[in-house]
Amino acid sequence: MTLAVRKFDTLVIGSGGGGLRAALQLSQAEANVAVVSKVFPTRSHTVAAQGGINAALANVLPDNWHWHMYDTVKGSDYLGDQDAIEYMCRAASHLVYELEHAGVPFSRLDNGKIYQRPFGGQSQDFGGDQAARTCAAADRTGHAILHSLYQQNIRAKTHFFDEYFAVDLVKDEQGHILGALTIEIETGEPLLIEAKTTLLATGGAGQLFCNNTNAHINTGDGIAMALRAGIPVQDMEFFQFHPTGIAGKGMLMSEGARGEGGYLVNKDGERFMERYAPHAKDLASRDVVSRAVATEIREGRGCGPDGDYVLLKMDHVGEEVIAKRLPGIRALAETFAGIDPAKEPVPVSPTAHYTMGGIPTNRYGQVVAPVDVGEEAIPGLYAVGECACVSVHGANRLGGNSLLDIVVFGRAAGNHIIEFLKEHRYHRPMDQGSVDKAMVNLHRWDRKGEGETVGGLRGELQQVMDDYCSVFRTKEILTEGVQKILEIEKRLNNVYLRDHSKIFNTARIEAMELVNLVDLAVATMISALAREESRGAHSRMDFPERDDKHWLKHTLYYKEGKRLDYKPVRVKPLTVESFPPKPRVY
Amino acid sequence: MKFRIYRYNPETDSEAVMQEYILEDITPGMMLRDALLRIKEEQDETLSFRHSCGEGVCGSDAININGHNGLGCITPVSELKEPVDIRPLPGRPVVRDLVVDMSQFYHHYRSVKPYLTVYEPEPEVEYLQSPEDRDKLDGLYECILCGCCTTACPSFWWNPDKFRGPAALLQAARFIEDSRDQATAERLEDLEGPYRMFRCHTIMNCADACPKGLNPTEAIGRIKQRMLKDQS
Ligand SMILES: Cc1cc2nc3c(=O)[nH]c(=O)nc-3n(C[C@H](O)[C@H](O)[C@H](O)COP(=O)(O)OP(=O)(O)OC[C@H]3O[C@@H](n4cnc5c(N)ncnc54)[C@H](O)[C@@H]3O)c2cc1C
Ligand code: SF4
Ligand code: SF4
Ligand code: FES
Repeated sequence: MTLAVRKFDTLVIGSGGGGLRAALQLSQAEANVAVVSKVFPTRSHTVAAQGGINAALANVLPDNWHWHMYDTVKGSDYLGDQDAIEYMCRAASHLVYELEHAGVPFSRLDNGKIYQRPFGGQSQDFGGDQAARTCAAADRTGHAILHSLYQQNIRAKTHFFDEYFAVDLVKDEQGHILGALTIEIETGEPLLIEAKTTLLATGGAGQLFCNNTNAHINTGDGIAMALRAGIPVQDMEFFQFHPTGIAGKGMLMSEGARGEGGYLVNKDGERFMERYAPHAKDLASRDVVSRAVATEIREGRGCGPDGDYVLLKMDHVGEEVIAKRLPGIRALAETFAGIDPAKEPVPVSPTAHYTMGGIPTNRYGQVVAPVDVGEEAIPGLYAVGECACVSVHGANRLGGNSLLDIVVFGRAAGNHIIEFLKEHRYHRPMDQGSVDKAMVNLHRWDRKGEGETVGGLRGELQQVMDDYCSVFRTKEILTEGVQKILEIEKRLNNVYLRDHSKIFNTARIEAMELVNLVDLAVATMISALAREESRGAHSRMDFPERDDKHWLKHTLYYKEGKRLDYKPVRVKPLTVESFPPKPRVY
Repeated sequence: MKFRIYRYNPETDSEAVMQEYILEDITPGMMLRDALLRIKEEQDETLSFRHSCGEGVCGSDAININGHNGLGCITPVSELKEPVDIRPLPGRPVVRDLVVDMSQFYHHYRSVKPYLTVYEPEPEVEYLQSPEDRDKLDGLYECILCGCCTTACPSFWWNPDKFRGPAALLQAARFIEDSRDQATAERLEDLEGPYRMFRCHTIMNCADACPKGLNPTEAIGRIKQRMLKDQS
């Protein structure tokens, strides 16, 4: 049977905020763009973002982009690339206004301007008083942004392939990316999409861990596709744990809850963040708060019969604020913890949340890989959003900076692709060998046998990640973790499907997602074992200090040979002076 | 706990059957989606259903639970009468098991031009909107397009190709009520005629079905009022 083929100027894989913002830029420029997503666009996980998007609009308190830049560099524990950070913070206000013009129903201040709330790690005047930089649509900001972007894409007549799963990139021998092999979930039929440019916007990989705030579909597919295409992935050891997931369940209680005045207490009722971050307290950076919570729990000051959580207290914030500003948080707490936060505190603990690492790109969204001297763009390949590592978040992302990242770099990538298309007017010849290789990864699941199940192995993988690659790490724990993950990788070969039907076979999709998760788990664990320092979210008890002399550099992991390499941090901003590393206190 | 789940795979089955599954060790706080996932993992990998966020915000897992439409991920199994009957959303073509074809639903959504439309040049900052005007969007913008309402609406069952259905009409209201939008007249005009909106007989099934507590009936009422006001 011949393989069905479609041709487009640009293939966008992923319809979260990143993919949709890029697609909008392209459709408005009348490029011929196809957006492929394994779920209907508004079901992408951007929809779950709660607290808001950062931009120095100064609607509530004085602010400017340069302070935002300082906070982001400091928040990143100096691992962020300062050119990309300057670019993002400078663009932020314009991008938020653009979203508002696109229809996002932001909450409003009395003067009719966009409402902004304080979030963690924000300051005025380079480390001074708390800033209020996070633009919010109640606590449903991601929903509001994703729906508005989808709606504008409807208007722009973007071509959508809903419920198509991208299996692998295809490329030729010169290293040009030529598109991707996909499968239509409803029919089970493969479809090759040829494109002059391909943009990966496949989101994060929270499903690496059992306890996470992410959707079932957040399996890091694009990152794994890049790895399989020979591209190294960057900084995978930096995985953000959010301090306030509902204990034992994982659903997120947004930082907005603390931004509106909530705070954390231990079993003695002590507001313990005052000890860890005397100045910023509960609004210190996320890595700091997560470590504080984990420390309270480890040292026996956790709450509940097993002492394994702390309490997020919001009742003093008042019924009115909770009803108006945090209605979604309240609904989650009521549904999943049986608690009304306006009356009682909510049990919370650190929960895997955000993939700081990912596919290395420059600030135009081009995927880059090292060559003899420096690095070069992979022709025809772009990446934006949580699957990419540009890197504006470095070792620790600030709340509210990811929604910003996806729209800023979604737009930038769209613009760069438009330029690229002007110079590359024709599709390159298809590379049959590469297509065949991708087909093997798809047909591997037609094998019949009696081995292990997808669900079983995924569960074990997540448990290993929770146990061996969590908030606190040591050489011993990680060495054992690497062993365990490599065993799981071996067992993958013995996994078989029971369901071999074609129509809407979700088991097969999950099998391919599991392969992706395994690749990323190996990358994460190996990168974490190698980095012998503590920086941002990567906290090594055996190396408790940041070590700028040896480790102010990005990790690169290659699938082939499971090899590591490193590249320098871009400490030089576009126009302003560099922020040199300083001890990080909040 | 006993579940009876609608099973149909067009490749192999000539008709649908209700298949029984027994699940032991129901944990407190377990949601129906967790139960379905456990059945799929432990007993029968071939059971197909959509789901993603697990917290009631993505709108993927709308199904019919003991005769009522709802989201599996925010429906606690402890609140369900046994045996629990689970079917696909009513009135839509079944793709497989609990997965239905939602194309018509999305078509109606797109048809109400669900995007903010402004004819004036854009300012370099945000459009101003008073908190009171913004409040008018509450109860409208939160829709997650799950389809629980539209597939519970008798008027939609009878005229699925002509009646826009409660979800799409709620979206229409979301833009009609938005003080920033300048296409109100076109939007209202587009909903005239006997079918697109006026097939709604205020039966209220939609509001009962909405898992997000939204009220499409009321939204439709607001559109009708706007039409009257515009005519007078
Ligand atoms: C609960 C929660 C709350 C958050 N709150 C905030 C906040 O308040 N502020 C903030 O700034 N950030 C927040 N974040 C982070 C932020 O929401 C995400 O990082 C961001 O939305 C990611 O967007 P994205 O476009 O990169 O990916 P996603 O929105 O995850 O989209 C990924 C897309 O890729 C598609 N896809 C993936 N794999 C494949 C494949 N193999 N084939 C086809 N399609 C595929 C998916 O279908 C989806 O369309 C939050 C995150 C979570 C989990
Ligand atoms: S109120 Fe109208 S839209 Fe809602 S269920 Fe009844 S007929 Fe349908
Ligand atoms: S109005 Fe409610 S039931 Fe209808 S699609 Fe929206 S969220 Fe679902
Ligand atoms: S899984 Fe997203 S709404 Fe239920």
